[in-house]
Amino acid sequence: MSSSPQPAPSAQTLLSIRSVAKRFGNREILKRISLDVAPGEFLTILGESGSGKTTLLRLVAGFEQLDSGEIWMADQRLDQQPPYRRPVNTVFQNYALFPHLSVFENIAYGLRAAKTTNGEIPARVTQALDMVKMGEFIASPPSRLSGGQQQRVALARALVNRPRVLLLDEPLSALDANLRRQMQIELKSLQREVGITFIFVTHDQEEAMALSDRIALLRAGVLEQVGPPREIYGRPKTSYAAQFIGQTNLLPAEVHDGLASSGAIVWRTFEAAGKAMYSLRPECIRLVPVLAQASSDASLARFRGRIRNQTFGGAMDLLEVDCGDSQTLRAKIAAPGPLGGEQVFEFFADDAIRLDDQGGA
Amino acid sequence: MYSRSYKAAVTIPPVLWVTAFLLVPYALLLCYSFWSVTPAKEIVHSWNLKNYLDLFRNSMYPTVLFRSMRIAGAVTLLALVLGYPLAYYLSFHAGGRKELLYQLAIIPLWASYLVRGYAWKTILGTDGVLNGFLQYAHITRYPVEFFLYSPFAVVLTLTHIYTPFTFLPIYASLEHVPRNLIEASHDLGAPPAKTFLRVILPLSLPGVLAGATFAFVLSLGDFLAPLLVGGSSGIMISNIVVTLFGAAYDWPKGAAISLCILLIVVGILFITERVEKRFSFR
Amino acid sequence: MSRSSQRASAPFLKAYAFLVYAFLYLPIIVLVVYSFNGGVGGFPPHGWTLSWYRELGSDGPLWDSVLNSLIVAFAAVAISLSLGLPAALALDRSEFPGKAAFRRIVLLPLILPGIITGLSLLTLFVGIHMNLSLLTITLGHGTALISVATTEIFAGLQKLDRRQEEASLDLGANHWKTFWRITLPNLRVSMIAAALLIFTLSLDEIAVSFFLIGRDNTLPLEIWSRLRRGITPEINAISTLILLFSIVTIVIWYRLRTRGALAEEAAADLVLSTSEGGAP
Repeated sequence: MSSSPQPAPSAQTLLSIRSVAKRFGNREILKRISLDVAPGEFLTILGESGSGKTTLLRLVAGFEQLDSGEIWMADQRLDQQPPYRRPVNTVFQNYALFPHLSVFENIAYGLRAAKTTNGEIPARVTQALDMVKMGEFIASPPSRLSGGQQQRVALARALVNRPRVLLLDEPLSALDANLRRQMQIELKSLQREVGITFIFVTHDQEEAMALSDRIALLRAGVLEQVGPPREIYGRPKTSYAAQFIGQTNLLPAEVHDGLASSGAIVWRTFEAAGKAMYSLRPECIRLVPVLAQASSDASLARFRGRIRNQTFGGAMDLLEVDCGDSQTLRAKIAAPGPLGGEQVFEFFADDAIRLDDQGGA
Repeated sequence: MYSRSYKAAVTIPPVLWVTAFLLVPYALLLCYSFWSVTPAKEIVHSWNLKNYLDLFRNSMYPTVLFRSMRIAGAVTLLALVLGYPLAYYLSFHAGGRKELLYQLAIIPLWASYLVRGYAWKTILGTDGVLNGFLQYAHITRYPVEFFLYSPFAVVLTLTHIYTPFTFLPIYASLEHVPRNLIEASHDLGAPPAKTFLRVILPLSLPGVLAGATFAFVLSLGDFLAPLLVGGSSGIMISNIVVTLFGAAYDWPKGAAISLCILLIVVGILFITERVEKRFSFR
Repeated sequence: MSRSSQRASAPFLKAYAFLVYAFLYLPIIVLVVYSFNGGVGGFPPHGWTLSWYRELGSDGPLWDSVLNSLIVAFAAVAISLSLGLPAALALDRSEFPGKAAFRRIVLLPLILPGIITGLSLLTLFVGIHMNLSLLTITLGHGTALISVATTEIFAGLQKLDRRQEEASLDLGANHWKTFWRITLPNLRVSMIAAALLIFTLSLDEIAVSFFLIGRDNTLPLEIWSRLRRGITPEINAISTLILLFSIVTIVIWYRLRTRGALAEEAAADLVLSTSEGGAP
């Protein structure tokens, strides 16, 4: 029931989500989302709990019915098909391995449903298991596997069917930090190797940045920003995006005659005049040593501040800097040693990113 | 964490009671089975195997025993045929009314056994509701005799009693099937019918086994339904025992049969436990 | 994340389920209807009357048996709980030789046909020259129903947070105080649920009572002896009353159990655990 004209699917779009809306009872979970997924890309749907990211995934998988909109895969309409007829497979959050079947039978399950010949099944199962490095567990019951091992089996079980799109519902959230990092690397290289489109759902922004070709930031049922990680990080469009991904300082500023001023901090800008919100990443702020304080550069913005708090962080320290007028900035400085009192800081004016909204996430 | 005296205090009284009121009685029953009764209706402690041998020599006992097993088998089968779909419907299709329907399903369990047996007597008799209805609807002209006082009546009554018994564990095991397994099965390409056969049914087998065991074992040893609605053709093995402990006054023989029933039941429990362990995947 | 879970409609299954319910409730409905029936039997029922209920009122022996049943039921609850509680604690916290055997033996009376329990106890009472009476019936019920108490209380123990007891001990209370002030209150719901269940089971118990009866009848046995003599609609009336009472009791039990727990596990645990021969 979409009223806006939809672009024809191009060779660059495998999965097309068009104006999809979904509500549960009174709550609108997804509010007319449109998203195109390219073949072979690793797309992450990133959002807090309640943002609708899992619902969107389940709509693509077929476990929920959408209220309006359409989902297309190439030239086939997907949303009217039941899940067992979609060329899409899911890696579930709790793995959902069949406890009464061995690892082999778990993986063979989809092949059998597709009526693959008995001769072909063992070869493909072995191949899938080898891909996730679980070959030796081929006859085990799932109950004997650790969480990480079960997850690999779940992955193999989905991939063996050669789906056109693989959906992953926060698959790493139950793993401990080290295992998680390891699995992230393996997942990424696996996706490269296999070339299948991955749609990955997570609330962890670091994970999203590490894995994705593109990130779709979802907030309360609406897409906040979609783009490659570097782009979203370097050029966030809204204060929500700026704060959700990485850390930032939000600077409400007045722009006037080529200068933006926020409290005591002033920097050069070529943007339009008026009120605006700027985002400045903590790592863009540098400490100015006493000797360099005399010289200056128009492209740099300098300010004084008193260090309220210094947290040791190994490679970088996190400083809380009081700039007067109840304006506090966070700065990440590389191993400065213990500091104190007033210091001079600077940043490149271009590092202050103007946001599309006025702030107030 | 718990002191020895604590453990002793909680362990000893129940163990003592159970020994006194369960183990000793079973042992006594065993002893009785080896004794004899004189024509003067006195029980003599002469240890012999005569009672057990009689069970094989007199063809009546095996006949009635096998009839009892056939009846118990029929009851179990029917109870499963009725109970499984009911449990499945409640678990997967009932939605918001699940709770209410569940309570409705177990209430008959709490209507007393006698009450229900008596009701079937009312329904099945020549003067009863079923016959009255059939004649009223001109389906039959004369009352059908065999509804009551027959093995048919016993099977019907016992099925009625034990269907909630099969329903309960099957429902519990169906509720325990993680719903994401069903989604996973669909996701992997298996339509609902295949999903039922390959995922839901296997995972519900423990419940089926439990319910079937209950229904079979309790039907096998039942003596009330035969007395109420069985007539002379519906006598089951426990009725023989009742008579032997009553009017016929041959306690040793009654004990011997009781022990046989006990052994059969324990044997069945043993087997189902083995089967359950083999297929259990917790 | 809430699921909109669309229930696929399955009309045949729904109809089948309805038929099963009809089968289950047919005798019950017949019973209730005929308790108000003007005549004795026949179809269709005719003439609406309360006379059978009125006859109940003047039926002395029947109410005597009701009183007996109540006495036995209360006593059975007392016995079962006072033995089932330590038994559950023992199964949960103590290792002793024969523990596995004990667990199985305690559960036996639930799964064995009542005749076996009844007869074996009969031989015991005869052996110690005890006269059959309400006492023997009570002992029989109590013994048979210990496992009900054990199962319910054991389940309640699993839900108990151990650390509460550890905290109590840590703060200086001894085992007895801890039991009295921490463990027992937490088991209150389980014990009440068990009591209701045992009470209802005891009221309806006939198989075991059949063999242990003395001069005083319990209600089911009183009904039984009348049934042997012939059908009287009075029986319909008292049965309807029993049914009502049982329903109320069980609904209360169910509500108690559903407070923060999976309801179906309540009754089904019982059945499952007895068949597995192991603690739930």
